[in-house]
Amino acid sequence: MSVSIHVNGQSREVDADPATPLLWVIREDLGLTGTKYGCGIAQCGACTVHVDGETLRSCSAPLSAVAGRKVVTIEGVSSPAAQAVKKAWVELDVVQCGYCQSGQIMSATTLLEKKPKPSDEDIDRAMAGNICRCGTYQRIRAAIHAASRQLT
Amino acid sequence: MSLTPPSIPLRAVLVAALCGPCAAHAVDLRSPDSFDAVANKTERSRALFVEAGKVIQSPRCLNCHPVGERPAQGTDMHPHSPWVVRGADDKGAIGMRCATCHQSTNFEASGVPGHPLWHVAPKSMAWQHRSLAQICAQLKDTRRNGGKSLAQIHDHMANDSLVGWAWSPGGGREPAPGTQAQFGALIGAWIETGAACPR
Repeated sequence: MSVSIHVNGQSREVDADPATPLLWVIREDLGLTGTKYGCGIAQCGACTVHVDGETLRSCSAPLSAVAGRKVVTIEGVSSPAAQAVKKAWVELDVVQCGYCQSGQIMSATTLLEKKPKPSDEDIDRAMAGNICRCGTYQRIRAAIHAASRQLT
Repeated sequence: MSLTPPSIPLRAVLVAALCGPCAAHAVDLRSPDSFDAVANKTERSRALFVEAGKVIQSPRCLNCHPVGERPAQGTDMHPHSPWVVRGADDKGAIGMRCATCHQSTNFEASGVPGHPLWHVAPKSMAWQHRSLAQICAQLKDTRRNGGKSLAQIHDHMANDSLVGWAWSPGGGREPAPGTQAQFGALIGAWIETGAACPR
């Protein structure tokens, strides 16, 4: 059935069952493949998107959960915090294999949007659900602090 | 790139790790009138609370009445994975909210449970690692129960829809014993008989 979804500032129509995981719709129906499939059970964070400014694991939410809400994916995230995070990510060469990084960036961006000067504890708590198989955690933390300095 | 679900063995391992022994298993509750033979009213009240305690101390309830910052999960009550904390409003930390993963209903595709009001109980209502007598005293203490009267406690137990999730947990989880209606009846009878606490 045809369902309307608001993604990255645009209203889009998709032909999908409302129970379809949002991640499938984002990747398969909308072709936005920056958001990754990792575990499918909300354990790894690779599928993180923003919905109304909060993080959401798109593998674990049905399409119906975002009706009337604003979805932002890694392709569309552009707030000052997001720009600072992307810049810091490049400057500190955070990425190794890169598979988890769109999810990492989405979580880091939400953290900085809500708390521009986070402590290490804030970072640990916000990023605990984003797993990096390459173990880039120290660079991620450093990059969040670097992005914070750009913002404050 | 096409999305391919994890292989069945990997998925089975992940699910087993998350929910421990997950097989749904219904446990019955006795009805309030089955305690009529207990002549002493106070003893009857205590016995009613002990029966209701089968629900109160079930993993479905204890997991989100944690002592400290972190909820538990699974029938074996292992620490919640991913690592989460209650945060300032009992709904998670910045960037890692309960609603980051828990939606308004159970989501069978991922096995993640859900409810519109998903949150952990306030610290003052911590039940984990406490005896039923301690929990009973806590329930009646308005300084620790959110200022609730016994009638409000009954309403919460009997009618609150997040409490009710415990009987419809989805994902193969073992539900709380009995039904919410039976549980509510036991709590009502406990209050009517003086709300005595187990020793």
